[in-house]
Amino acid sequence: MIAARAMGGALLLAGLAAPWLASEYVLSVLIVSLWFAYVGQAWNIMMGFAGQLSLGHAMYVGLGAYAAAGLFVFTGIGPWLGAPLAVIVAVIAGAGIGWLGFRFQVKGVYFALLTIAFAEFTRILFDHITVLGGSGGLFLPVGQRSGVDLINLRGGPVMFYYVIFVMTVAITALSWALLRTRLGYQWQAIREDAEAAEAVGVPVFRTKLLAVMLSAGLTALGGVFFAFYYNTLFPEQIFAKSRSIEMILAPIIGGMGTVLGPLVGALLLTPLGELTMAVIAGLGVTNAGVRQVVFGVLLILVLWFLPQGVWPWLTQRWAKGRRQ
Amino acid sequence: MLEVEALSLFYGDMQALDQVSLTVPERQITAIVGANGAGKTSLIRAIAGIHRPSSGRVRYAGQDITGWPSHRTVNLGIGQVAEGRQLFPTLTVRENLELGAAVPRARQAARRTLDDVLALFPRLAERQTQLAGTLSGGEQQMVAIGRCLMGQPDLIMFDEPSLGLAPAVVQDVFRIIRDLAARGLTLVLVEQNVRASLTLAHQAYVLETGRIVLHGTGADLLADDGVRRAYLGG
Repeated sequence: MIAARAMGGALLLAGLAAPWLASEYVLSVLIVSLWFAYVGQAWNIMMGFAGQLSLGHAMYVGLGAYAAAGLFVFTGIGPWLGAPLAVIVAVIAGAGIGWLGFRFQVKGVYFALLTIAFAEFTRILFDHITVLGGSGGLFLPVGQRSGVDLINLRGGPVMFYYVIFVMTVAITALSWALLRTRLGYQWQAIREDAEAAEAVGVPVFRTKLLAVMLSAGLTALGGVFFAFYYNTLFPEQIFAKSRSIEMILAPIIGGMGTVLGPLVGALLLTPLGELTMAVIAGLGVTNAGVRQVVFGVLLILVLWFLPQGVWPWLTQRWAKGRRQ
Repeated sequence: MLEVEALSLFYGDMQALDQVSLTVPERQITAIVGANGAGKTSLIRAIAGIHRPSSGRVRYAGQDITGWPSHRTVNLGIGQVAEGRQLFPTLTVRENLELGAAVPRARQAARRTLDDVLALFPRLAERQTQLAGTLSGGEQQMVAIGRCLMGQPDLIMFDEPSLGLAPAVVQDVFRIIRDLAARGLTLVLVEQNVRASLTLAHQAYVLETGRIVLHGTGADLLADDGVRRAYLGG
């Protein structure tokens, strides 16, 4: 606990000071890292806490991004109203998938397949929604990079950095708090043993559904950020299976079901990915898949040596160190 | 208190229960004995609402609860201690117990119930912050019983509470069951330890391949030749 608190405090301070210390490049890496931390936290609620595997979370990113971006492009209404819309759309989608899966007892891997299938449907669907640009993409009007317009979320990297920083801190605090509520315990009970949870009277169906809906809604907010930060949305890209996978690497490597695991995982993985790219570029190799290979090898190594993830391993080491 | 009427249950094509009827009187211990696969666990699960019966009725305290989901039956006061204890291994003893108070009827008084349960099982009081998965078999069974009590049940269905426990611990478990009956709880006891459960029970049913084949007082069945041959080794 003390280790977690010290770690949390140090991360918070470093995070707040980062824009003054970091170059623009480093800042952009930090923004991507925090984005993966944020969506990793959102995914972790569903899988880490409640034990329901989703391999289609890119769908909620995409739905959130398209909802808020579409509203902005066509009506000029900014993300403060776009975000609730994004959340509503994603929650409805999540509730639909959850209802189908849980009502018909689709469990484990089969439920994960269902989530992949829906993400793929949605990708193909958006390829054909011409109003939203179809496969040609949707583009947000690019604003002043130097100004700070928090109402319309138009501005430079420093503004975006603080926005995603606050979002990540908030979702981490939310995760911490959720784990201590009755709902949080009921999720863990279902994760540990769904049958036993049912036997003690946990309303399993409703509780699992809540996890999916909350995770979907929070992920959609990540999508809103994505849309306003990158200003371009392509169905092929935002709904991609590879994104769904990339989103879950941080919580898996950091430590599923823990509050700080997704954060630690993302802060390790994204910079490492960038470093790999730099090294590869320095070596003159121009193979685009090398980063994925490095991630793959890393995932295997972590799961082999630290099956619980980096963060639980670190806390255990610290606890051992204190005792000696 | 609990009446089961012509209850049938299928798993796909396989029939697990065939027209099972039985009555569980208030404040008594009712034993259900039978070989492995006779349908004892299925019966408990059908009553609790974990499995949905294909036909028949379950009535509890005058109310028809057939097919009610388990979070509603638990909230009515029907608790169960499942076979193999089924704890949440990576949660602490205390968290496991608190999860027993998941249903609305138990939430208000959860703190007081927790004190009662810890007083009943002093060993658990010492181990509150320990992960449930690291406990011994006997301690885990106490957590399972304690967790069930946290739901403030009026009726508890025990599924093989002595399974896989050391003989000395089995004695403890049966003593606890006797104590709970003495406190006025209604108990359903499914046990592979036929002699012990018939000795304890006021009345008992014998279940064979999903059907009730015999019913009587515990003493009657203990004296029954068929029961002696089939379950008591002579």
